[in-house]
Order: sequence, then structure tokens, then C-alpha cells
Amino acid sequence: MTYLVIGLAVLLVLAILYATFRVATLVGIVKGEGSKNVPSSNKLQASLLVVFLILGLFGFFYYSFGGLDESFVNPIASEHGVATDRLFWITMGLTGFVFVVTQIFLFGFAYKYQFKENGQAHFYPHNDNLEKIWTIVPAIVLAVLIFSGWRTWVDITSSAPEDSEKIEIMGYQYSWAVRYGGNDKKLGDYDYQKIDVVNQSGIDFSDKASFDDFIPTRLYLPKGRPVLLQIRARDVIHSVYQPHFRLQMNAVPGMPTRFWFTPTKTTEEMRVETGNPEFDYELVCNKICGKGHFAMKYMIEVLEPEEYDKWYAEASQNPWLKQNSDYLAHVPEELQELARISSGIDSEEDIESIDNTIASINY
Amino acid sequence: MSVADITVEEHLAHDDHEHHEQSFISKYLFTTDHKMIAKQFLLSGIFWAIIGGGLSIIFRLQLGFPDMQLEWLRPILGKWITEGGKLDSEFYLALVTMHGTIMVFFVLTAGLSGTFSNFLIPLQIGARDMASGFMNMLSFWMFVVASIIMFISLFIETGPAAGGWTVYPPLSALPQAIQGSGLGMTMWLVAMVFFIASQLLGGINYITTVINLRTEGMSFSRLPLTIWAFFITAVIGLLSFPVLFAAALLLVFDRSFGTSFYLSEIYINGEALPNVGGSPILYQHLFWFLGHPEVYIVILPALGITSEVISTNSRKPIFGYKAMIGSIMAIAFLSFVVWAHHMFVTGMNPFLGSIFMFLTLIIAVPSAVKAFNYITTLWKGNIVFTPAMLFSIGMVSFFISGGLTGLFLGNSAVDITLHDTYFVVAHFHLVMGSAAFFGMLAGIYHWFPKMYGRMLDNRLGYIHFWLSFVGIYLVFFPLHYIGIAGFPRRYYSFTSFDAFSTFGDLNAFVSIAAIITFGAQFIFIFNFFYSIYRGRKASQNPWKSNTLEWTTPVNPGHGNWPGAIPTVYRWPYDYSKPGAPDDFIPQHIPYSQTPESNLEYEKELAKNEEASKVNEE
Repeated sequence: MTYLVIGLAVLLVLAILYATFRVATLVGIVKGEGSKNVPSSNKLQASLLVVFLILGLFGFFYYSFGGLDESFVNPIASEHGVATDRLFWITMGLTGFVFVVTQIFLFGFAYKYQFKENGQAHFYPHNDNLEKIWTIVPAIVLAVLIFSGWRTWVDITSSAPEDSEKIEIMGYQYSWAVRYGGNDKKLGDYDYQKIDVVNQSGIDFSDKASFDDFIPTRLYLPKGRPVLLQIRARDVIHSVYQPHFRLQMNAVPGMPTRFWFTPTKTTEEMRVETGNPEFDYELVCNKICGKGHFAMKYMIEVLEPEEYDKWYAEASQNPWLKQNSDYLAHVPEELQELARISSGIDSEEDIESIDNTIASINY
Repeated sequence: MSVADITVEEHLAHDDHEHHEQSFISKYLFTTDHKMIAKQFLLSGIFWAIIGGGLSIIFRLQLGFPDMQLEWLRPILGKWITEGGKLDSEFYLALVTMHGTIMVFFVLTAGLSGTFSNFLIPLQIGARDMASGFMNMLSFWMFVVASIIMFISLFIETGPAAGGWTVYPPLSALPQAIQGSGLGMTMWLVAMVFFIASQLLGGINYITTVINLRTEGMSFSRLPLTIWAFFITAVIGLLSFPVLFAAALLLVFDRSFGTSFYLSEIYINGEALPNVGGSPILYQHLFWFLGHPEVYIVILPALGITSEVISTNSRKPIFGYKAMIGSIMAIAFLSFVVWAHHMFVTGMNPFLGSIFMFLTLIIAVPSAVKAFNYITTLWKGNIVFTPAMLFSIGMVSFFISGGLTGLFLGNSAVDITLHDTYFVVAHFHLVMGSAAFFGMLAGIYHWFPKMYGRMLDNRLGYIHFWLSFVGIYLVFFPLHYIGIAGFPRRYYSFTSFDAFSTFGDLNAFVSIAAIITFGAQFIFIFNFFYSIYRGRKASQNPWKSNTLEWTTPVNPGHGNWPGAIPTVYRWPYDYSKPGAPDDFIPQHIPYSQTPESNLEYEKELAKNEEASKVNEE
């Protein structure tokens, strides 16, 4: 019934619109609009263009300078972010200027040179000097943008400093896994064939650097120290994206990628700065990856360097291998001893349980 | 002269032809007449635009009103509405994917180039038809096959392709990763293969026709800018679409025959796949080698149409005709060497990033030249605001607004933050989507009288323009702010992240604006179909334009001109020439007939004309 009423109402509205249109058409015919050279509302259209220009520019400035309820600029929390944001705002200044000027000319000329009964357009097919100017000036401005952009880009993508914290980050449908090198600060190899339900990252235990690797539940970062993210993906392409760090790099299956940066604000400092006591850095997936793409989140915590070191030392006490000592069975025979030592599996019962597993695997 | 011979022969053959009545099938379906094929492309383009636009409204409802009950969509979407009356998050991705595919390929490539290249090339260069009418027909029917397959894929159980319109593998290669990569993706690939074939058949025809079938006197330096744009567009398409074909073919192999072109070291659904050694980045390189030129395939015809419409309605020659041709060619050339700016953060070698940033920003120079030339064309004009003119001005406005944000995204350092955010969405929807769409509408309003012999209603045209123009700015301008705030594109919902918990109101506002803008298009559709049958009858040259199509009868038949094809004596932009009695001098008027307005060097040409006439006699 409701649908019927809605349907009838829509029909009625359409019928009224159609009737109005027919009447207006007939009136137009009576007025002889068809035979006129120029549409009768020519002047109105010209005026509307200027009204649009004025309202549009007002809206543009109003909303760009505080008219929105929320700020649309994220606070910067990395060293290179300062450089990219400076470039961003320089570009914004230049393009904003060109935007305003060209739109004013476009709509302004349209209004000013609207049809006049005895008007005559100016036959002006070309002017080589003018054209040279607006080829060369944009070229120079662009050269400046290219040069400064290129300098920044080269800095950002240069190889990471030797002493940077190396952290592996792996994307999968639909979350992230991070891995730290442990005591030796070296990440062990991985092999996608070794991935299983428990060993989600596919750590390869034939590499001795992997014995003390640990996998926390958050991405912890030290403030003020360079961090090198070694990025990979397990299934489809993902993208490591963090707006506050101005950080983005795709995670590609079969092709490890990297991005290094230096965080400059701890989570606590950001809570103060944003005035949001709940603030947390979130790692975002920014490459379409399937059903759960929009919820592929991972928490990041930036700590003061001392806090970070303390956390790191504690976490290193508990390498992944120790937590999943079954996997000692995957360690080659000759490295078993070393694996026990570096992962910290040394208590009697641990060894027993491991022997049992090895036995069970052997049979 | 070989050109003349061909036209004579054709003319004779053609006279033969008019004696028998054509059946419905050969006149309206399997027609070889370029004008009818153009209309076929136009109608299919309109059909696809409604579908593509409609899909976007569904996902805008989800983005603007995440809590809305969508139970009422169940009759159309079926199980893609979840138990709770919400849109399925996977189908959301399918909607985004199909919206992009349909709009870019089926509306703005086939609908725009297909319509206007077919319609205008023979009419404006003075030819009886395309070089090969049969190939032209084949081109359309290939497009129909592609359309049918793509359309059916919307309704299959596992849903249409859902990996984004760029269909990056591995997501698009693995049905385990997303349902849409099953049958839906297969159909997408098959449809695109037919689509590419259609584009190539059309493109070869456009190029051949422009080169070979120009009427006497129609030298390249007298071609209207529309034809220059269609010509160069066809060249770009011919060079780039085969690369998409290659990319698609390798993807078919990876999906169906176990090869590893794009797949490597994948563990999915508890299983390690055997593929090693492939590179997903290879696909991206191949895709964007078409994908970027494709942007210009979409925008150049719109720029060509705009040039013609702005010049005619400003009653002024287009400013810098040669510079306009030069910039079209520069854009076409550069469009092939900028593709990797879509890939700055894909893990591609950063050195390549530097190179592509450099090349990308260069392309802004010819684009800027075009914008400045349009503005100068308006300067000191005597401007008539037909709906076509308004759409052209709107097109230039979008082209500037959207083009400028390209300077952010083309700068690799800035792109790190902005890549794949709503800033990108705002950028390309303005510069490529809306600008090309407005170019297409300008073309329809301008050439409707030539297509159907009747006029579109002006009043409805104005309403349509203002609702669309204001609406589009209200939809896409706010997206810049959302993008700067870091909101990722292709997100079903922003509720999972604290960082994106803001701008709910703005998103709702954008959705409302989108619905109004979409609704306004139905005013146009009514106007279009109503005017075909009941519009005011058109005069022969309603806009007092210079180009050759307006010398044909109001309803041109097969072969376009009943008698001989007119000879061309001048460029197409002699508007408001000082000394001339009228404010336009069509291309087929000899200089010898306009002694009062001839410029110095044209007086020489006038003498030569006289001399050659004497010789002929």
C-alpha cells in the first residue's frame, strides 16, 4: 500500500513537471524564441556564472581556512613528513593561486564578453609572444617543483642508516604481523612454503638468525631513531599506510619492499597534541585487498627511546621459538643446540617436551 | 589525385544505393552508415552511464549513511544485502570496480569517441562515410558483445569483478582471495578483449579516414580541432590498447593455465601456491602503459569538442590553433612516458620514480597552454550561452581544478601521503571523469540538431547544466579535504579506524549532492528522447558554425551530401573577421568571394583560386 502511494505521488509529480514543461514550451513558441539568434536567457546565464564564481570562491576559502568542523590536516609525526608537507603546502600555494586566477578569468570573461546586440568579437587568432610566455612560465615553475620534489624523494628513498631498527611487517588478509630481530637484532629468513597455522610469518628455522626473533602484538617504535620497515605480503597486495608518519609503501607478495623513517612524537605526546587521550597510531591498509580491506588495522605505539629499549629487552626474553617450542623440530640437527640457547629454551621440562615432539615427528 | 577518384567512385556507388528502401535491420541494427553507428554508440553510452552512475549512488548511500537500512534494495541486489539490511562489504568493492570499468571504458571511451569520432569525422572532413563501413559496424557489434558479457557479469552468483577497475593481481587472479575474482573476473577479461578489438577496429578506421578521405582543400592545417583530437586519440588507442590486451592475456594464463607471470610466493587459505618468480608489478606496468594514455583517450576528444563549441559560441577564432594542435600532440606523446606515476609507492625502483615524476610534471605544460588558450578565446568575444557553451565552460573549469591537483600527485614525494586516498578520487573525477563527461554533453547539445534534425530544449538544458555543474563541484571538491585527512579510497566503511572517525557529515553531504546530480541527468534523458520526436525543427546551420557538417541537409542521408562534396578553402575558425558582413565564414566559401575581409596573404590565395578556376574552364 505504502509503495502504491509513493508510486502514485511520484507519478503525479512527474505529470506536473511535464505539464509545466509543455506550458513553458508553448509560451516560448508564442514569444518566438526559436527564431532568435541568442537564447533569451543569455544574460541570466552570464550572471549565474559570476554568482557561481563568487559563491564558489567564498566556499573554497571559508572551508579551507577553518570552516570545517574538523581539521583536515593530520599532525606530522616523522622527520621526512616535515619535508613532504612543506612541498605539499608550497604546491598548494602555487596551484591555489593559479586556480583562483584562472577561474576568475574564465567566468569573468564569460560574463564580461557576453553577447551584445551590436557587439563584434575581436578577431584574435594568435599571439606568439603570449603563448611563449604561458609555455615558459609554467615550465619554470614546474622545474622548481620537480627539483624540490626530486631532492626530497631521493632523501626519503635513500638507503636506511646502518643503525636503524629493522622491523619486518607482513600484510595478510586481513591484518598485519610484525617481527623483530631479537637479541642479535637480525631478522631470520622466511620462506612462504613454511607458513602454517602457527608459523604465520613463515619463519625459516634453518637460519640461525631466526631463533631469537620475536613477534609482538603491536608495532612498537622508538622515537627519534631511524626505523627500517621490511615489508612483504603473504597473499595479495596490501599497502602499509600511516597518515601521521606520512608513510606509505605497498606490500607485494614475492617482492619485498622497504621504507625507512624516523618517528618524532611518542603516542603520549600525540595524545597531548591532539587533545585526544584515546589517540593511537593506526597502521592502515591502503591497497584494495578483499572483503575486510576496510578493517585491516594494526596498532602502533611510539615510545621514548629508553622505554623502547626496556620493552625490547623484555620482549627478547620471549622469542617466538620459545613460545612455540614444537618448532624446534624444524631446526636442522646441527643447529638445535644453538637454537635452544639463543631462544632461551633451557629448562629441563622444555627439553623433554621438545624431545617428545621430535620423537613424535620422527615416527 | 587519388583522393578525388575515391570520392567520385563512392559517390556513384552511393547513388545506386538510394534507390532501394532499407530494411529495419540494415538501417538501424547492422548499419554501415557512420551517423547511425554514432547514434548506436551514443545510446549504448547513455545506457551504460545510467548503470555506472546508478552503481555509484548505491555505494554513496553506504558511504554517506553507513547506518541506513538498505532492505529496500533487496529486490535488485538480492543476497548482496546482508541479513541486517546492510550492503555486503565484498559487493561494495564490486560496485566500485564496475563503476570504474563502466565509466572509463564503456561510457567515456566507447560512448564519447565512438559517438563523436564516428559522427563528426566524415561530416567535418567532407567524406561520404568512414573508410570501411563494414569494419565500423564490426567495431560497434564487438562493443555490443563486450557490453552483454559485462552486463551479465553483474548478475552472476559470485558477483562481478571486485578487485578495483585496475584489477591488480594477485587479488584479481585468485578466487580464494575474493569471490569476484571467480567467474566475474573471467567475464570481465573476456568482455575487455572484445572491447579492445572494438576499439582497434574503430581506431584504424578513424585514422585511415582522416588521412585518406579529406575533401579537396581540407589540408591538415585546415582540420577542425575536433578532428585533430579524434585523430590523435585514435593513434593513442591503437598504440596502447594492445598492451592492455597483453596484460589481460597473461592474467588469463595465470588464472586458468597455471602460469606465474604475476604470481609469486603466495600463501592463501591455508595453502602455499606453487607459483614462484612472477611479479605483480609487471602487471601494473603493462596496465598503466594503457591506463595512463587511456586518460587522454578520454579527455582529448572532450577537449576537441570544447574547442569547437567555445570558438563557435564566442564568435571568435580559437586562440592559438597551431599551439592547440601542438599541445594535443605533446600530450599524446608524453602520455606514453608517464605511466609509472601511478606506481610511486608500489616498491618500484625509486630512481624510476624520479624519472617519472620529471616526465609527469612536464605534461602539465601543454595542458596549461590549452587552458590558457580557452580563456583567451573567451576574451573579447561576443559570447552566446547555449547549453553546449555552458557545458564547455564547465568542462574547462573542471579541467583546471582537477588538473592542478595533478601537480601534487605527480610529485612522488608528496604522493607518498596522498596515494590511494580520496585526494586521488577527487583529482581524477574532476579532470578526467567530469571534464570528459561535460565534453560529451557539450557535444550532444551542440550536434543534436545534426543528429536528429531537431533542437534540444534549451530551458531543460540550462536546468540540467546548473544542477550538474554545481552538483559535481559539491560532490568532488569536499573529497579533497577528506583525502588530505588521509581517508583511503575503496573503503566500505570508516568505522574501524579512529583516525577516520571524522567527516561523517561531509560524507553525507557528498552523497546527497551525488544523488541530486545523478537525478538531474534524467532531465537530460527526458529532453533527449522527447526532442528526438517532438523537439523544435532545426535549421541547417543553427549555431552559425563554419565547419562542413552544417553544409549538409538538415537530415543528411547516406553519403551525407546529396550533390558533390564541398571543396574547402579556409580554416574552420573565421569568426568575426574584420570587414565581413556576417560574423562567420564557413570553410567552403572561397577567398575570392570574400574580398572585403581577406588578410594580406589570403589575397594571394584568392588570386590563385581565380586562376585555377580559369584553368578548369
